[in-house]
Amino acid sequence: MTATDLPVDNGVNVEALLGARGALADSPEIAQFKWRAVNSWIKGTHSRSTVETFYGLGDEQKHKTSFDFDADHPEVFAAADNGITPVEYVLVALGSCLTAGLAAVAQQRQIQLRSVKATIEADFDLHGILGADPEVRNGFSDVRVNYQIDADASPEEVKALVAQSQKRSAVYDVLTNPTNVTVEVD
Amino acid sequence: MPKVTTLVVGAGHCGLAMSRRLAEHSIDHVVLERGEVAHSWRTQRWDSFRLLTPNWMTRLPGYAYSGDDPDGYQTAPELVRLIDGYATAIDAPVRTNTTVLSVCPADNGFLVHTEQDVWQADTVVLAAGAGAVPSVPKVAGAVPPEITTLSALDYRNPEQLPEGGVLVVGPSSSGAQIAAELHRSGRPVTLSVGEHVRMPRLYRGRDILWWMDSSGVLDERYDEVPDLLRARNLPSMQLVGTPRRDTVDLNALTGIGVRLVGRLAGVRDGRAQFSGSLRNVIALADLKLGRLLDTFDEWAATTGFADCDPVGRFPATEVPTAPPLTLDLAGGEFRSIVWATGFRPDLSWLNVPVLDRKGQIVHDGGVTTWPGLYLMGMPFLRRRNSTLITGAGADADDLAGHLAGYLDSRRKQGTELVGR
Repeated sequence: MTATDLPVDNGVNVEALLGARGALADSPEIAQFKWRAVNSWIKGTHSRSTVETFYGLGDEQKHKTSFDFDADHPEVFAAADNGITPVEYVLVALGSCLTAGLAAVAQQRQIQLRSVKATIEADFDLHGILGADPEVRNGFSDVRVNYQIDADASPEEVKALVAQSQKRSAVYDVLTNPTNVTVEVD
Repeated sequence: MPKVTTLVVGAGHCGLAMSRRLAEHSIDHVVLERGEVAHSWRTQRWDSFRLLTPNWMTRLPGYAYSGDDPDGYQTAPELVRLIDGYATAIDAPVRTNTTVLSVCPADNGFLVHTEQDVWQADTVVLAAGAGAVPSVPKVAGAVPPEITTLSALDYRNPEQLPEGGVLVVGPSSSGAQIAAELHRSGRPVTLSVGEHVRMPRLYRGRDILWWMDSSGVLDERYDEVPDLLRARNLPSMQLVGTPRRDTVDLNALTGIGVRLVGRLAGVRDGRAQFSGSLRNVIALADLKLGRLLDTFDEWAATTGFADCDPVGRFPATEVPTAPPLTLDLAGGEFRSIVWATGFRPDLSWLNVPVLDRKGQIVHDGGVTTWPGLYLMGMPFLRRRNSTLITGAGADADDLAGHLAGYLDSRRKQGTELVGR
């Protein structure tokens, strides 16, 4: 048995995903999801977000457990550094979304992954959020992701994996395309 | 080489107000003008343009409106006649058709090169206008080439644009007016809306600028506002001057069929991308207007002013439920884009090291960091009304006083040096 004969297993249940796509054809409404987080202020710039429930597949859903995420700002911002900054969560979200997609696509294409490491970096000009320069935006001016991938595939196939994962990434889409945002006060 | 104590660059209302004040101080001076008096009013306004301020507010040092339509709004040709008449009345020493090529520091003052001469001046006042060139965002470069584009400075009338859809970028005074005019011409308009300053033309039966003027809002000083940078970068008021005293806020525009989208964030693959912040910029503008009207009501209550209609509030701005976030610029729906994204001064001829890293003049209420160099007519230069015609007088008064003091101190220093 040669290495190429080993069943490819990236730990992604592609059959289930493809099955879901088939099921959607019959009842498209089950595809409608709502993601939720509840954020509570603690002190200063420190807040905690709790993620537990979401809606999807036509019903209320629950994670196995409730997850907490502390956000704050580092000491150079005269804050207590009780957690990463909100913008760093954006990097976390982008990296984990792209990597999850990459693993799924690799599984689907029968490419065995051995190691995948992404480094995500964003450029950010403080003039924006401080209101110190009206021409500088509040958000990132540039986002770069660098992948180091060891896989049973040619460099072109690996590049195609990375490209396809961007094409199907929710967070990549959220960052690269505008979204309407409504904020209300009760 | 001609010598003069003070050279004023620009014979618009600012330069002329300064000329009048300099004359009062007996400071010999010359006003250099690239074209004719009131050049930009002659050459850089659209055909239907009228002043945003009512006639009674067209005040200059030694001049007040005395016509029979104090509540009307002047057209550009009417204003040109007025400013021209003012220049004659105050006998301003204007050299027309004299383009300044450079202003450089020199021993004891400045050298000013024009197309005709090289002037030596002890002091220079820059009054060449805050809006000489359009500020067009970088994304303009990505617009498909088949789209006709025009800036608000070059816009004259709808006939300049092809038939078909127009994207007007910028909801402030120019953009709102141009959007309304283009839409009425039969060209369906989509207006891209970022931060803006919502204004009704009338409040409690009086012109909104009457309230601002009377309550002292327009006289707010640059050294008293909490955030001067923000105050100096505020978009212009969403106003139009029409005989019917129309309001040109977003509700008025959607009422005639203009479609609103968010701030233009980018153009990619021929598609315009709009920010999803439309709801919030609208909420900000409504809240800000509410606070302004509160100020007026408080002023009226405190001073006992009652010669007006009762207190009222305007309906909230209607927000489209799902404004499009991207639109295809290459698909044929859009034939043109008008950039109403603001203006900036042209300082290409200024060779005095007074610019910050962004190319803007560093100044304290019009007194630049270079001794003897002064600036006029910029947003919130010394007061909220610094860019209104009525604001030029007080600013010129302050700055001419400073300039006279500077000349005096130089003279004293000179005497002391000679005395030693």
